Amino acid sequence: MTNVLIAGVGGQGALFAGRVLGRAAIQAGCDVKISEVHGMSQRGGSVETVVRFDREKVHSPLIDKGGADFILALELLEAYRSIGYLKNGGWLIASTQRIDPMPVITGVASYPADIVEKLTKTGARVKALDALSLAIESGGAKMANVVLIGVLAGALAGDLAIAKEDWLTALRQAVPEKLLAMNLKAFELGHNWRENLGEIQTI
Amino acid sequence: MSPKTLMLGNEAVARGAYEAGAAVASAYPGTPSTEITENLAKYGEIFTEWAPNEKVALEVSLGASIGGARAICAMKHVGLNVAADPLFTASYTGVGGGLVICVADDQGMHSSQNEQDSRQYARASKILMLEPSDSAECKQFVKRAFALSEQFDTPALLRLCTRVSHSRGLVEMEEREKPAPKEYVKNPGKYVMMPAMARARRVAVEERTRALREFAETTELNVVEYYDRSIGIISAGIAYEYVKEALGEKASYLKLGVIYPLPARKIKEFFESVRVCYVMEELDPFIEEHCRALGLAVIGKDQFSAIGEYTAAQIRETVLGQPPDQTPAASEPLPARPPVMCAGCPHRGVFYALKQFPGLTVMGDIGCYTLAALPPLQMMDACVCMGASIGMAHGMEKAAESSGQLSGRERAAKTVAVLGDSTFIHSGITGLIDVVYNKGTSTVIILDNSITGMTGHQENPATGYTIKGEPTRQVDLQKLCEAAGVDRVTTVDPFDLDTLRKTIKEELAAAEPSVIIAKRPCALLKKVKREGPYRIDADKCLRCGSCLRIGCPAITKANALTTATAGALPAIDLTQCAGCGYCARVCKAGAIAGAMAPAVTRTGGGDPA
Ligand SMILES: Cc1ncc(C[n+]2csc(CCOP(=O)(O)OP(=O)(O)O)c2C)c(N)n1
Repeated sequence: MTNVLIAGVGGQGALFAGRVLGRAAIQAGCDVKISEVHGMSQRGGSVETVVRFDREKVHSPLIDKGGADFILALELLEAYRSIGYLKNGGWLIASTQRIDPMPVITGVASYPADIVEKLTKTGARVKALDALSLAIESGGAKMANVVLIGVLAGALAGDLAIAKEDWLTALRQAVPEKLLAMNLKAFELGHNWRENLGEIQTI
Repeated sequence: MSPKTLMLGNEAVARGAYEAGAAVASAYPGTPSTEITENLAKYGEIFTEWAPNEKVALEVSLGASIGGARAICAMKHVGLNVAADPLFTASYTGVGGGLVICVADDQGMHSSQNEQDSRQYARASKILMLEPSDSAECKQFVKRAFALSEQFDTPALLRLCTRVSHSRGLVEMEEREKPAPKEYVKNPGKYVMMPAMARARRVAVEERTRALREFAETTELNVVEYYDRSIGIISAGIAYEYVKEALGEKASYLKLGVIYPLPARKIKEFFESVRVCYVMEELDPFIEEHCRALGLAVIGKDQFSAIGEYTAAQIRETVLGQPPDQTPAASEPLPARPPVMCAGCPHRGVFYALKQFPGLTVMGDIGCYTLAALPPLQMMDACVCMGASIGMAHGMEKAAESSGQLSGRERAAKTVAVLGDSTFIHSGITGLIDVVYNKGTSTVIILDNSITGMTGHQENPATGYTIKGEPTRQVDLQKLCEAAGVDRVTTVDPFDLDTLRKTIKEELAAAEPSVIIAKRPCALLKKVKREGPYRIDADKCLRCGSCLRIGCPAITKANALTTATAGALPAIDLTQCAGCGYCARVCKAGAIAGAMAPAVTRTGGGDPA
């Protein structure tokens, strides 16, 4: 069973990233369950999408604390918030983008400093990348989600691997024709970034 | 075998209705049920509509069923409160073509004002209820529900919940059935529910319930799975998936697909075949109470909460005594991230204007604008259910009048009711009629953003388009209010702060009912042109903090590592700004300008961007 948690802020495209991953896993012949967030939280609140896939039947669409093989975080504070879901030996891949929540904007709370260092200190395996810049390089800030999907595609190795063609098929199914080229580029940039993960294939 | 598709539970419900040959669908949106209807609308063969509210939706569906078609309607749990009136008597009339009523509960209140358990409605109205636990079952159960509805001459409720409606799973597609067309048959004894006829139907309902009970004993919708018999689990819906995940083959299961009526013999037999027996169900002890009435000492709410959602970890801990794994944690309390009004939201203008009236009471309502209850706007005193704002404002005025502390007029001069366009049509209009009829003087603000926003952009009677995107006759809100007897109706742009402030002041002072229509389309609508992001000129900025107080998620302090607002330089986030320019309007220093100028993106947790 592979469990991926995608954490972010409503509007960042965590849902879409989950669907691409789900479709890719189906292409690879797996059973898949995805739990999505619709409604109130989509208005700029914290959102978590869970994707679970396996050769066997998948039951619950949710995971418990300590259940995620991978966490993809689209925003740093949300990366920090989600850390409890990471499995021992799992990987947290975080975009360094920062979006201040309303309590920070109104001045009743402050945005934690040095999140990446603090996450690393918990003993978790953490990698941070500037997915937003890579997204802008591929044509639009909205595609940071696809950059992270690209990173994940490169990172899933061994038993967990999904063939690259399966990812590309999933993207072609999910993205409207006129945005496809940009999305494929974002995916590639993420996929290439994977080299920075070093020892990740040992998971 | 056709290939399997990854479908949302709600999408699978729609697919099931399509395959069952459904011909008519009517609904009012409500999270987590909305996508059922949005997906039904994609099938050309099914007439699909958004109704003004759930009561109408159920009545349309019942009419279609009596007319001979297979019909479906969908709503969220609280929607069934609105539709409860036709529901209870549809139980007596029964159906012509199959009638399926989907109702989606929201354990954990992800997007709702309460956490009610719709299963109680099935029992109270004596209507068959099925409950699927994943997308594949959603499709399969809807089809069964149509068939059973016709077989037993009953409406069929399909109970869903957030985690079933909004989870995706694999679903196999099949062909659409072509149920033999049924003619409408005039039958007043069955369809005219006045006392004499209803008494006869009341008896038919009891007979039907007996027959359904017998059906529940034998149907394969209630499944027993034997593994280890030292633990027995009676469960249904999403709770079954959690418990199966948690316990696997360490327990045996009775999974109930039929929630009402519940079987007796089947449950007893299962209870007796296991050593200890748990009932695992979120919310009310519905199945548990049934078991207790049968004299079975099951374990249920004494060990599991009636509040919110269950998790596999919690089930493992309680049933197996397995503590959850130690996991890494943040080393400090983290700022919460509550939902917010979007950048560019027109509602912001209204609440910012209301904030200029000290001591004002705002009777609120349900929609995106409910978010104005949160900081920094904090301009809402009450929010109960759709359409309630107007009646509650009127009640406040009358309370003051009768208590004599404050005259009713003085109270009304400090009170507004605020509600959205969709909410006004849903059930606000009746409140307005009450104000006029009973000589109230309330001021009502309708936030007309040309869409049903909170539930994800559905057309409504005031937008001029149908669910299929076809242009249609549009309700004229101004004329509607006038026809109800309101002489003072004004339409204002919510971003025109001065005019809006002046209008609110005048209407509060007027000794008669008045309506202000704050009209500007939702910033997320495709037709709304987006200007480039705005930017703040650091040299001109007085650091007064005004722009930070409008509650726009795109404007924050350039260095948010400190909590100080006063003296902080604000910055606009390129990825968030919708280019609405409202901040530029409230900036007294003229330091905020539109478009072109390069704005900032923010990364990392430290440096000012
Ligand atoms: C009886 C009932 N039906 C449906 C809902 C779900 N719901 C919450 S807000 C809303 C729509 C609000 O639309 P509108 O009044 O136009 O305000 P907007 O969100 O666009 O600002 C709906 C349908 C509900 N809470 N109660």
